[in-house]
Amino acid sequence: MISKWVRWPVSAAAWLAAGVAAANQYNLQEPQSEIARQIYDLHTLIMWIIVGIFVVVFGAMTYAIVMHRKSVGHKAEQFHENTTVEIIWTVVPFVILIGMAYPATRTIISMKDTTHADITIKATGYQWKWGYDYLQEGISFYSTLATPRDQIEDYDHKGTKKGEHYLIEVDNPVVVPTGKKVRIITTANDVIHAWWVPALGIKQDAIPGFVRDTWFTADNPGTYRGQCAELCGKDHGFMPIVVEAVAPEKYAAWVAEQKKTMVARVEDPGKAWTLDELKARGEKVYAQHCVACHQPTGMGLPGTFPALSGSKVVTGSKEGQINTVLNGVVKDGKPTAMVAFGKQLSDTELAAVITYTRNSWANKSGDVVTPADVKAQRK
Amino acid sequence: MEAAHGHHAPGHDSAHGHGHDAHGHHPTGIMRWITTTNHKDIGTLYLLFSLTMFFVGGMLAMGIRLELMQPGLQFWKPEFFNELTTMHGLIMVFGAIMPAFVGFANWQVPMMIGAPDMAFARMNNWSFWLLPPAATLLVVSFFVPGGATAAGWTLYAPLSTQMGPGMDLAIFALHIMGASSIMGSINIVTTILNMRAPGMTLMKMPLFVWTWLITAYLLIAVMPVLAGAVTMVLTDRHFGTHFFNAAGGGDPVMFQHIFWFFGHPEVYIMILPGFGIVSQIVPTFARKPLFGYSSMVYATASIAILSFVVWAHHMFTVGMPAAAQLFFMYMTMLIAVPTGVKVFNWIATMWKGSMTFETPMLFACGFIFVFSMGGFTGLVLAITPVDIQLQDTYYVVAHFHYVLVAGSLFALFGGVYYWIPKWTGHMYNETVGKWHFWLSMIFFNVTFFPMHFTGLAGLPRRVPDYNMQFADFNMISSLGAFGFGLSQLLLVYVVVTCIKGGEKATDKVWEGAEGLEWTLPSPPPYHSFETPPAVR
Repeated sequence: MISKWVRWPVSAAAWLAAGVAAANQYNLQEPQSEIARQIYDLHTLIMWIIVGIFVVVFGAMTYAIVMHRKSVGHKAEQFHENTTVEIIWTVVPFVILIGMAYPATRTIISMKDTTHADITIKATGYQWKWGYDYLQEGISFYSTLATPRDQIEDYDHKGTKKGEHYLIEVDNPVVVPTGKKVRIITTANDVIHAWWVPALGIKQDAIPGFVRDTWFTADNPGTYRGQCAELCGKDHGFMPIVVEAVAPEKYAAWVAEQKKTMVARVEDPGKAWTLDELKARGEKVYAQHCVACHQPTGMGLPGTFPALSGSKVVTGSKEGQINTVLNGVVKDGKPTAMVAFGKQLSDTELAAVITYTRNSWANKSGDVVTPADVKAQRK
Repeated sequence: MEAAHGHHAPGHDSAHGHGHDAHGHHPTGIMRWITTTNHKDIGTLYLLFSLTMFFVGGMLAMGIRLELMQPGLQFWKPEFFNELTTMHGLIMVFGAIMPAFVGFANWQVPMMIGAPDMAFARMNNWSFWLLPPAATLLVVSFFVPGGATAAGWTLYAPLSTQMGPGMDLAIFALHIMGASSIMGSINIVTTILNMRAPGMTLMKMPLFVWTWLITAYLLIAVMPVLAGAVTMVLTDRHFGTHFFNAAGGGDPVMFQHIFWFFGHPEVYIMILPGFGIVSQIVPTFARKPLFGYSSMVYATASIAILSFVVWAHHMFTVGMPAAAQLFFMYMTMLIAVPTGVKVFNWIATMWKGSMTFETPMLFACGFIFVFSMGGFTGLVLAITPVDIQLQDTYYVVAHFHYVLVAGSLFALFGGVYYWIPKWTGHMYNETVGKWHFWLSMIFFNVTFFPMHFTGLAGLPRRVPDYNMQFADFNMISSLGAFGFGLSQLLLVYVVVTCIKGGEKATDKVWEGAEGLEWTLPSPPPYHSFETPPAVR
């Protein structure tokens, strides 16, 4: 209790001091696209209208509260009806509303116009990461949270040092050229997510089995950060979006480089992997795709996500586990949170992560699962 | 019969024990409450149930604010945090706010229209006693494998089809509570339409009765829609249907359409009776008749009708055609007109009155002030392009807490202070009541006003952790929330002391009070009006 009373003024003072400096703490982010600017201006306009109404309405109420009270000897009048007044305060707000609706209508119509895009990027929501496909360029990658877990988890209350972009940083950002119309197509793999970048003025739900689209044109080079905006399960707060807008020449260079790494990523199918090589590779794949549910300890979350350490599937036959990871788990005819990773990962990645799980925690099978083993079971 | 009730022994307490023995066969003790068919007993049960659930839901809110006090995860795993937000919403909406208003209807409607009791006395008993099992299901769901449902109170599919058995318990709880609401509503509609005292035409009814009549119709219309939505989730989960599974030909967005077709009228279900309470309190303490009675009735009806054509403003980001976005934007903006009319009429009622500010009036004025703030942000959110920035952010959390806490809850508090002298026969402690108002009002704003800022700056809702830029405002919100939670203990103190004893209340209680309930003794007889009163 005491510490609360001490903290409160301290926090309030800190806030006042910070508030003067950092407008990004209490208003819409600085707009970086035409639509975002229109939204910003609309919001400002409506705020001023509201402030005006507020002053008039609560000015009248405050006046009445101060002047028309029994304690100052005011006697109650008994009027209780006036049709003219009723008509006035029905019509006047209506007219004000029309004034607001007109600019909003124009913005809605331009927001919905996704034609004539220069670049089309498909954003796919997964629990809990984003997948991106540049449809014309043929570039694909996943984008996951880059903030390390030890910055986030502070259950021993010792406090952790957090980076500037805590929770809004990713390993692979979306790179786009400035000044070009970028069409974002959204969909999802499991549940509904929403792709939201405030500075660019777009938020679009990503719905499993359906395709939606939206667009933006980034005015200036910069890094724009957003987050998933639709509750999508336990790590909803941990799947950010980062868009890097660069000059068109830099963008072209980035595309060329990405294509090269995509080619390089196709590993020699004949390579003979050792157990340690596969485990090391598998650990990385696990950290990107599996750890959210099955946890770093391999113990999962009781009641929700099964443990891998000591699991019947992982300590059972290789074929059984490959089948589970490739095709996912289907219960009562419906896919579960254990999705078919065959669609997301390469044979090598799958072989590596399966080898890793069979030789980690309590699991000590010594098995090596090769990319060829996985390939053989792909249907 | 009236004569038999004429001599009320001082201290007789119909809300408390030893039922009036005019009929000589009331069970006593716990069986009295289980078997009661009396509108006042049932009203009391509803209100006490609601108060209990208010504290259960409040504890969950404290858990949410505890985690959000600082960046980083200090207390809860993210999945448990989601359970807290989900169950806080479900318990407050279905366990606290809605039953509280039904409790008010039970106590007040018969007294205000000059009826002896509710129309269907046994169904009234049943509609209350369905609630405790439903609440038990909700609370127990925390302890089943996988915990309570963590899909948000909106239960969006397909996230809700992923949940563990806690989701099934929540679905059954909603079914039961829905059945209870429908029965309660049928009872209220029938009572109002059939049991008014001679001479009380519809347009002479007190506004609280009017707002409940309209609310009851809304409930009857939309509770089955919710039941349908959650039943479809249930069959998707267990019986191989694919209503919301695109892979099986279903549509996840359909759930949202169905849910919000229930959900938006539900919002007005939780506020219209509050409008009614405020419309009773303001004239009493302004000592002046309600301004624009008939326009208030029409405004209430307009809001109710419009509530059926605005549901998709909750889903502007799902990707609707421009024409649909425009339609729902215009309709939503239109709601500001009748809502504005109500606010203007309340202020005109105050205008040139002779006002005093006892606790009910403080809560009514507080209601008008903060509810209007929620109305303003509602207008901001109605503008589709702005909504697209603010959808699913803390701005929305601020908005609906302004209309639900500062709106519905403050109206309920005002109503409690206004009528509790009538219900118990004792005056409440005015000093404690005023403290309750001012602490609630200040801490409410400390808690929720900063959320407008975090929402604008880009903090999504339903996240257990956030970037450092939101840290200061979240700290302020959390401290405010703890203060708000603690302040509510004053309400319990007031209610308990009032039931136990205190200064004897007069029949009229308030100098400016008008209406049939004030012609009855305080506390009123077991059956309100056994011979119909004369209405001018």
